[in-house]
Amino acid sequence: MLGYALRRIVGVIPTLLIIISASFFIVRLAPGGPFDQEQTLSREVRANLDRVYGLDQPITVQYGRYLNALSHGDFGPSYKQRDFSVNELIAQGLPVSATLGISALLLALGAGIPLGLLAAVRRQTSVDWGITSMVVLGLALPGFVTGPLLALLFGVYLQWLPAGGWEEAAPRYFVLPAVTLAVPVAAYIARLTRSSALEVFRANFIRTARARGLGLRRILWGHALRPTLLPVVSYIGPAAAFVVTGSLVVETVFGLPGTGRYLVQGAINRDYPLVMGMVIIYGTLVLLFNLITDLVYGWLDPRVRHE
Amino acid sequence: MSEVSAKTTTLSDLRRTSSLWSKAAARLRCNRVATAAAGVICVLVVAAITGPLVSPYRVDSLDWEHLAVAPFGSGSHWLGTDRLGRDLFVRICSGLRISLIISLVSTAISLGIGVTWGAVAGYLGGRTDELMMRTVDILYSLPYLFIVIILTTLFERGSLPVLFCAIGAVGWLTTARIVRGQTLSLARREFIEAARATGLSTPAILLRHIIPNLLGPIVAYAALTIPQMILFESFLSFLGLGVQEPLASLGSLINDGAQEMQSAPWILLVPASFLVALLICFNLLGDALSDALDPRDAGGSRE
Repeated sequence: MLGYALRRIVGVIPTLLIIISASFFIVRLAPGGPFDQEQTLSREVRANLDRVYGLDQPITVQYGRYLNALSHGDFGPSYKQRDFSVNELIAQGLPVSATLGISALLLALGAGIPLGLLAAVRRQTSVDWGITSMVVLGLALPGFVTGPLLALLFGVYLQWLPAGGWEEAAPRYFVLPAVTLAVPVAAYIARLTRSSALEVFRANFIRTARARGLGLRRILWGHALRPTLLPVVSYIGPAAAFVVTGSLVVETVFGLPGTGRYLVQGAINRDYPLVMGMVIIYGTLVLLFNLITDLVYGWLDPRVRHE
Repeated sequence: MSEVSAKTTTLSDLRRTSSLWSKAAARLRCNRVATAAAGVICVLVVAAITGPLVSPYRVDSLDWEHLAVAPFGSGSHWLGTDRLGRDLFVRICSGLRISLIISLVSTAISLGIGVTWGAVAGYLGGRTDELMMRTVDILYSLPYLFIVIILTTLFERGSLPVLFCAIGAVGWLTTARIVRGQTLSLARREFIEAARATGLSTPAILLRHIIPNLLGPIVAYAALTIPQMILFESFLSFLGLGVQEPLASLGSLINDGAQEMQSAPWILLVPASFLVALLICFNLLGDALSDALDPRDAGGSRE
């Protein structure tokens, strides 16, 4: 297990380096610079700005400097939001995005698994049919449709929850965004749980348990649950990645001050360090979630380790 | 009466014919949900093509006497108008048209890249395979939005060819993985060995023997890719990075509606329900298609 874990962890490092290098060069080689929109700049000021930020150096030198700063945990200054470093911007936005993402993920697991199990136990009844239709609907509804609809229903008509915006330490501003983000993930988890449970129910050891006269409850909790949840565990990584990128649109819809908007703003403004910082953070998160998934899976299913 | 006899012939066809495609078609015709979904998609496609021709209004024509009218509120605007008095029926039809065109073209692009990449990697194997699939893994871990946003800002915003490429460029990864997996098992079969023994070149083996045998899973996956592409396009347009005014896409219409939802909710609800209907029908049809083409996997696989 330890050897497997070490192999997987070491394997992440080159991938991360490639992500950093590829995004560095893609962003730099795109036409247009960060100071192009401010047309009043005189040539001297422009040259000064380029010199201060090191943009007059050859791109390989800039790349070396960036990697060096990054190894000290410094993402550099933001070109557009002059008084802030990228580290500060991320430190402001990340708690909001992380809280949103984690609550959405927990919500999706908490709703998806029971619904999937229920549908499998009540197979081919109206309960199963209802849950399956909800799943189809949930998978088809994109966040930018669910979000405004929920805001319209609960924010505007019923006025139970704020339709958008943000206040420090007020959980009710999180409810609608987290639900919006959780809907497709919950639907997918429910579908996964249902089909996995149906497969497990057909297995020999379940038939044996039933032949021994155990009740449905005992069979479900004692025997069927663990193997049923294996595919769900392996989906947590992709689900987390989905939540990370999905938070972008949800933050836009509900006007939350998370990190998602920095990526779009940064790319439009050619704010190189900001875009790079966001890509590195998102890329690392996605890699990390996939790594954790692989490790948990290797722990649950020994066959995976010996590939 | 003639309908009943038509149905029995398809069922007996199922037993008699041996071709994968005719069997799949017969199975699909027996699936009522899939037939209904296909019907709705046909209606939407016809609306997208003929809607703007039938209506007296144009996409960007303003009707100052009917600003923000609710659906069925005034005789000539069936689905109401927006804040500027533009007819929503026409805007939705042309939005549907743009969404469908973009999704079809980018599905074709992503299939082209993905099938070639996966088949080459799977067939050549060894070091080449490892390198190519490692690239796919790395691209997978990049936030896809980043690639699309960079590609759309690289060139002028809202230009359709850029959108095709940007959306198509991110969709091929899963196709490449599926195709590679299938190719790996095909490449070991005797008929491929025979083709190699007769001295056929690698591209010829890929084109004549590998890819035709993969058409089933490719078609099934393509049907599930189309709604993803529609979603992607609307998502970009919703963020303001996709189709630009005065053109409309379902995503930009939903974005417009979200701004006005407090005073005129139908501007949001009408395009949102069209988008959801389109996505659900494509998903149902895609699931049914993958079941029909691969009856062993009855659950319907995705992603």
